[in-house]
Amino acid sequence: MSRRDYHGIVVTTPVTVPYVRYSTHGPHRFLAQALDSLLQGSGLAKEAIDGLTVSSFSLAPDTAVGMTQHLGVSPRWLDHIPMGGASGVVALRRAARAVQSGDADVVACLAGDTNRVDSFRLMLGSFSQFAQDATYPYGSGGPNAMFAFITAHYMREFGATREDFGKLCVAQRANALRFPHAMFRKPLTLDEYLGARVIADPIHLFDCVMPCAGADAFLVMTEDRARAAGIPYARVLGAIERHNAFADDPIMFRGGWLLDRDDLYAQTGVGPDAMDFVQTYDDYPVIVMIQLEDLGFCEKGEAAAFVRRHTFTHDGSFPSNTSGGQLSAGQAGASGGFLGMVEAIRQLTGAAGERAVTDARFGLVSGFGMVTYDRCLCTGAVVLGAA
Amino acid sequence: MTMPFMRPPKKNPILRTRVPTLPPWTRSRVALGLTAAAAVGRFELQSCDDCGTVQYPPRESCHQCLSIALRWSPESGEGQLLSETRLHHSNDLFFRERLPWRLGLVQLASGPTLMVHLHGDVPAAPCAVRVGARLDRAGQAVLIAFPAEETPHMADDPQLREMTCDPRHRKVLVTDGKTAVGQALVRALAKAGADLVWVGEAEPWKKSPGLDALSDLPCVTRVPLDLTDERSVLQLAGELGGKVDILVNNAEVHRPFGISARRGTEAARAEMDVNYFGLLRLAQGFGPAMRARGADGQAGATAWVNLLSVYALSNFPPHGTYSASKAAALSAAQCLRAEMRAGGIRVVNVFPGPIDDEWNQTLPPPKLSAEGVASAIVRALRDGVEDVFPGDVAQEWFERWRESPKTLERELAQGGT
Ligand SMILES: [Zn+2]
Repeated sequence: MSRRDYHGIVVTTPVTVPYVRYSTHGPHRFLAQALDSLLQGSGLAKEAIDGLTVSSFSLAPDTAVGMTQHLGVSPRWLDHIPMGGASGVVALRRAARAVQSGDADVVACLAGDTNRVDSFRLMLGSFSQFAQDATYPYGSGGPNAMFAFITAHYMREFGATREDFGKLCVAQRANALRFPHAMFRKPLTLDEYLGARVIADPIHLFDCVMPCAGADAFLVMTEDRARAAGIPYARVLGAIERHNAFADDPIMFRGGWLLDRDDLYAQTGVGPDAMDFVQTYDDYPVIVMIQLEDLGFCEKGEAAAFVRRHTFTHDGSFPSNTSGGQLSAGQAGASGGFLGMVEAIRQLTGAAGERAVTDARFGLVSGFGMVTYDRCLCTGAVVLGAA
Repeated sequence: MTMPFMRPPKKNPILRTRVPTLPPWTRSRVALGLTAAAAVGRFELQSCDDCGTVQYPPRESCHQCLSIALRWSPESGEGQLLSETRLHHSNDLFFRERLPWRLGLVQLASGPTLMVHLHGDVPAAPCAVRVGARLDRAGQAVLIAFPAEETPHMADDPQLREMTCDPRHRKVLVTDGKTAVGQALVRALAKAGADLVWVGEAEPWKKSPGLDALSDLPCVTRVPLDLTDERSVLQLAGELGGKVDILVNNAEVHRPFGISARRGTEAARAEMDVNYFGLLRLAQGFGPAMRARGADGQAGATAWVNLLSVYALSNFPPHGTYSASKAAALSAAQCLRAEMRAGGIRVVNVFPGPIDDEWNQTLPPPKLSAEGVASAIVRALRDGVEDVFPGDVAQEWFERWRESPKTLERELAQGGT
């Protein structure tokens, strides 16, 4: 069965509330700043926003419901999307269908988190029941330990090396130097990558993201409305999501994208070869490689060779994570799932400044979220097209 | 290869004693099934009565067929190590103090994938391993993967030692050296490599040839200790309290009476005074100092053993008052266990069936030898088990009690069989 397309739906107004390493403020503040930036960026009045999605880890005990009162909005459509790294893709899918069906006219999709000095540690043990029962008591290393397993297994099985992972990290850092909001603004060399201290073998320091505070957001509406309001936009061409795929794989080496990518490219009308850039979810570099394979840019097990063939810089071959990804821009909690989305909208609306990919027409954004036990459960991807 | 655990250097008394920290303690209620099994030395996982799926982490329903008919079933632990890591960073104080820490991801032959602590002798992945459940310092069950074949000094792996209470190079107090069990215990502990065994002796003016015979053991020191006398307990605690790593409370009074056949409460009081109040006096004397030393070097305070009786679970009328005193002691021991947890001190309760001594003279075999009780206690310390049922009778009573306490009560009322 072919899935219904997203014809006539656009995304606009990519905003970033600048990341900071730590904050004593609540996530509500970052989310409010994100909404404020959306209004300023689009020129829309607050009342024009009649749909809202919220993604945040640190918002508890509040959800999107409580946020309406904090923000003083009265949307006719509301969704809370606690899907971490898949939040951006999933928020866009939900919002696009709401607009397409007429349940809302303009949906603001917000993601943001605060980061208190101790909040990451406190979150780890209560992340999920499985984390509490079956991973946190084992060294309390957070997702590092599980991704160390996945990385070590992937390296053994498919011959990827630390140099391959390093190449991705170094390229993303080069991109980040041209992204004003990136947390890391110093060039990274492969030697520095290789010489960094070990965190959980084979994961080393520069394989890990830096938790920080901040927010990202975008708007979803019809193309007609965006054009009428003079708001630059990118078209939604296709979108997929999948949860708890390949549950019988004893260890993760592939993700749900593999199940749905044919749907994605069928909706889009063009294949992976047509993409001018790709924003993968990069909580660890091994996951970038798995996405490159599962989204059809190369065969399973061939991502290392693919990495050796390309530069991944915004001005090179296969531009990827052109704002530096989370590895260089930082991970502001659930905002990490929005980083690639806002960057893709910028690239397709001519707002990427000196890191612009020349003549970008198609871009792919991939999401990946929620390690509740031994793998990430939520996967998704969106293809956007320039107006 | 595991390096044999050598005698740790003498403690510098000027240095601060490390404050005990515990690994994460919180578990969902359903996950405590793993702990309940590990506490008695078993490794059990949830299996589905309807479709046979074995699953982990524990859930409220079968993830395959959605049945809620889940049963904790014995698990062989055979599996394949898929991947491993060595943590050099942790967000938790307990692990930070013990880095690096080796972890593995194992697929069991029965299906599920487990995150496990990884014994140092397990070779690089992929390889065959055997997973077992152990109680960690917080007293909660964790999984650890061992090499498929035994290796030399396996028990000395530093990560495994954080889950066990091996007497080797530790200082032990046995509260009563005058009983056959006490003497067997001292021998077993000396053989297990204890550095020092203090042997308590009530009424030292009364001769005890068995105890005299222990004096050839170089690690043995006799100390006066009368559990019915608070002053005696506190005095010894003042001298040894900060040194005892393992306390084995084996002192007991046992009179084979029911309740109504005799007049007066004198015998029952004597039992309570040692079996119950004796434990309380010891706990007040030695508990706080031991709890503070739960992370004192590589062989710090680690365990408190109570010699109870399987009659503590359900009263055996021919030994009615003794059963009652042991039930009281069990209840106090549960309280002690909760209180000692903060120091990571394991409270081990031992529930033997009838021991082959004068007080069980009229009971038919099988009866436990003193040596059998002693070796079960040493084994429990090495395996880090919390509740021990040595001997066939105790094992059977325990199973019957688990199945139906009321049925067992009726059976015991009819003489036990
Ligand atoms: Zn089932």
